[in-house]
Amino acid sequence: MTLAVQHLWLIPALPLAAAAVGALAPRSGRTLAAGAAIGAMAGSFILACLALAGALADPAAHQVFNFAWFDLGFGALRLGFLLDPLTAFMCVMVAFVSLLIFIFSTGYMKEDANYKQFFCFLSLFAAAMLGLVVANSLLLLFVCWELVGLASYLLIGFWFHKPSAAAAAKKAFITTRIGDLGFLLGLLWLQDNQGTLLFYDGGAGFLEAAALANLSHLLPCGLAVSTAIGLLIFCGAVGKSGQFPLHVWLPDAMEGPTPVSALIHAATMVAAGVFLIARVYPLMTADQALANVPVHALTVVAFIGAFTALLGALIAVAQNDIKRILAFSTVSQLGYMMLALGVGSWVAAIFHLLTHAFFKALLFLGAGSVIHAAHHEQDIRALGGLSKKMKVTYLTFALGTMALVGVPLLFSGFWSKEAILHAAHGWRVSHLPFYAAVLGVVLTAFYNTRLMAETFFGSPRSENAAHARENGPAMTLPLVILAACAVLLSLVNLPSYPWLAAKLLGEQEVRGHPIFEGAGLMGLSVVLVALGVGLGWALYGRSLRANSAAKDPLAVRAPGVIAALANRLGFDELYAATVGRLNAALATLADVLDRFVWGGAVDFLAALGQFTGLVTRETDERTLNGGFDTTSDKLRGAGQAYSQAQTGEAHGYLRTLALGFVILLLLVVLGGAR
Amino acid sequence: MSPLQLCLVLSSLLFCVGLAGALARSNTILVLLGIELMLNAANLNFIAFWRYGPQPAAGLGVIFVLFAIAVAAAEAAVGLALVIAIHRHRKTVRLQDSTALKG
Amino acid sequence: MTLALLLIGFLLLAAAGAAMLSRNLIHSALLLTGAWAGIAGFYLWAGAEFVAFAQVLVYVGAVSMIVLFAVLLTRQGATTAPVEFDSFRRAAAGIITAGGVMGVLFGAILGTPMDVTSAPPPASITVRQIGAQLMGPHAAALLIVGVLLTVALLGAIVIAAVDKPDDPAP
Repeated sequence: MTLAVQHLWLIPALPLAAAAVGALAPRSGRTLAAGAAIGAMAGSFILACLALAGALADPAAHQVFNFAWFDLGFGALRLGFLLDPLTAFMCVMVAFVSLLIFIFSTGYMKEDANYKQFFCFLSLFAAAMLGLVVANSLLLLFVCWELVGLASYLLIGFWFHKPSAAAAAKKAFITTRIGDLGFLLGLLWLQDNQGTLLFYDGGAGFLEAAALANLSHLLPCGLAVSTAIGLLIFCGAVGKSGQFPLHVWLPDAMEGPTPVSALIHAATMVAAGVFLIARVYPLMTADQALANVPVHALTVVAFIGAFTALLGALIAVAQNDIKRILAFSTVSQLGYMMLALGVGSWVAAIFHLLTHAFFKALLFLGAGSVIHAAHHEQDIRALGGLSKKMKVTYLTFALGTMALVGVPLLFSGFWSKEAILHAAHGWRVSHLPFYAAVLGVVLTAFYNTRLMAETFFGSPRSENAAHARENGPAMTLPLVILAACAVLLSLVNLPSYPWLAAKLLGEQEVRGHPIFEGAGLMGLSVVLVALGVGLGWALYGRSLRANSAAKDPLAVRAPGVIAALANRLGFDELYAATVGRLNAALATLADVLDRFVWGGAVDFLAALGQFTGLVTRETDERTLNGGFDTTSDKLRGAGQAYSQAQTGEAHGYLRTLALGFVILLLLVVLGGAR
Repeated sequence: MSPLQLCLVLSSLLFCVGLAGALARSNTILVLLGIELMLNAANLNFIAFWRYGPQPAAGLGVIFVLFAIAVAAAEAAVGLALVIAIHRHRKTVRLQDSTALKG
Repeated sequence: MTLALLLIGFLLLAAAGAAMLSRNLIHSALLLTGAWAGIAGFYLWAGAEFVAFAQVLVYVGAVSMIVLFAVLLTRQGATTAPVEFDSFRRAAAGIITAGGVMGVLFGAILGTPMDVTSAPPPASITVRQIGAQLMGPHAAALLIVGVLLTVALLGAIVIAAVDKPDDPAP
């Protein structure tokens, strides 16, 4: 049994219906809202699995179902749904992770007064995300993209009574909007150029060969059209996926409830940018054949990805908030995915996206479990010693960390990161991204070792940590399931049997190569991980922090560097000083213009209008009105005279009628005789 | 005099009886009944023309009369309801007492 | 044939005229019922049996009942309270007007050459034909009449209803 592409809309429709139920439910309908959300998500998950079965039956095909949305003057605007292995894998991942996070949320948000609203927003988010994944039109994708942004805004600012949460929500919305502006421009350009926004349309979609050939001519600045459009669309991905230079919103987004962080800012929404680039990959690669262009779209993607990967890992080293560390690690991992896209291996990017979704959701939910148990204590300096108190959380969190770090052989993160390093190593353009990625691997191992050591080992360093207890099954069960996935997911794409890659590329048979073919690189990465973990253990694990006020051992050795990193390299301040100040200056300029130039003009026009009005009124009252008054007086008199005939007596009317009939007939008869 | 003319004379006589009653009587009910008679006279004409007309098989006259009867029944019901309502408010059934619509 | 028509015509005109002249409202109503029955007789004579039945059902059966109810509900004083001729002037004007109309009509009828000289074939129409006509070409009109009757019924109820439901009927 499979799900046909015509019914693919059901997957996002179910959570959307759940969101409607949540919105309409009374405030006390907590069980109803949560039940609807979880039930709809489970249904979506089952449908997504059926869709996956349908897609895998013929992995090379792009099954589409297009329909006309409405007619414009120049033709119908068409939307559609698309089913191929990429869509299907994303659907299954989003639905599954969302389902687990929904279940986790029933425990985490238990005491919140706006419980049912929370599930309404979560369902809305899941619906938008799934709609984004199944779209066969860049326009539909964009609509869902913005809906995802809206849901993210609502959820980051869910505790809007906290000023920091409200500010973070605003920041996330506006920052991503900057990227979306580029996306929108690219979309309009594409529509203008191609007349369609459908991905695949039986040869007429813009991702198919006929359309891509139209995009290879050069612009005056030397870029190919496809490069320019691709880079504009990439702007959207930069905003949504937290890439440099728009990465600043993602760490602040941790003001939202932790399940939101897990769902939106780790597993799914931020992956939308990666998914977008993978989806329009034929467009991004259309300029690869051109030799005489200054830059290829993918080159930009690769460098931004590599830089972001390194930057995120660096900043994560100096953070103290458990969620913020994970947030910067997300920035870093998304950088890896972008790097993989840029160096030409979108399959590696999607593989890392899938594995990352599971282990990062696991890490965030684990962090949520810790925070919930420790009465909302998020500073790792004040935690500690939780390994004995929260065994399930500790073990699953450790598994997630090992997957993220890339502990060899067993863990999914190792294989997906290995694929990216391999692809970066083989890139012909430059080796710089590869070195950045390698350094990022060391740093990742380092800061995760620190995170584990400070959070779980030693003894509790605060009242809250001392009183922490393991949470209930609603919260631990998703952790266990996610941990199992984080480990086992590596099996779908081992080098010797790359099933996932084959399916994504549309190959029927799976051709692997011996597992130790890339042994040199693999050995290098094992050494790097060991180096990072060793460094981290040497600094933090050997001599555990005594109390929450003790100085960080790294900060003692290099205070300037750590201070700068802790301040996130001053990007926020930089933006405030440049973009913010420019904005303020422009606003002042606009204000002055408004007040004096335009205002003066408007005042002058108004005075002119008043004067004209005065003249008109005088003319009216003296000359025109006299004539009209006389006429209306006469009319009124005539009306009064005629109204005398209306006696109100029915007999009189009937008699007049009959007499009139007689006279009329006499006239006809006499006239007919003449 | 042909039978058709006889029928028409009969119907015009009935019409005039109804008209005279509607004009002469002051009781609103009787005025309404006079109007009903006039309607019936019109129906007589339809049947007469159908009976002696060129295409009796078409049956249009019969259909028309049926609709006229239905409409007349509705008219009678509403008209008499009006009479009752006016009587309740004004304690009168004399038509010439109801002149609220005069100009 | 003609004799039957003359008889029917005489009876129904007599009933109608007496109804319009009667001083007793109840008598008027009953006489009118008779006149309607005479009209039904005319329809039968003309071969329109179905219309005759409709006439009997609607007028002789239903409208006469409403008229009687209206008469009884608006009665002031005794049952046989005579209804005066309101004023001689209006009655005379009415009768003169009616006479004028009659004269004009007679002139028109008798003065028009009717080209139905030969005896017409005995026309008749079956109920099946009428039904086919009503449901075929005239289906829309039939539906509209149905709606009209419903609305008229509701309207009559609303108009005649007592304003306040808890108010005792006057």
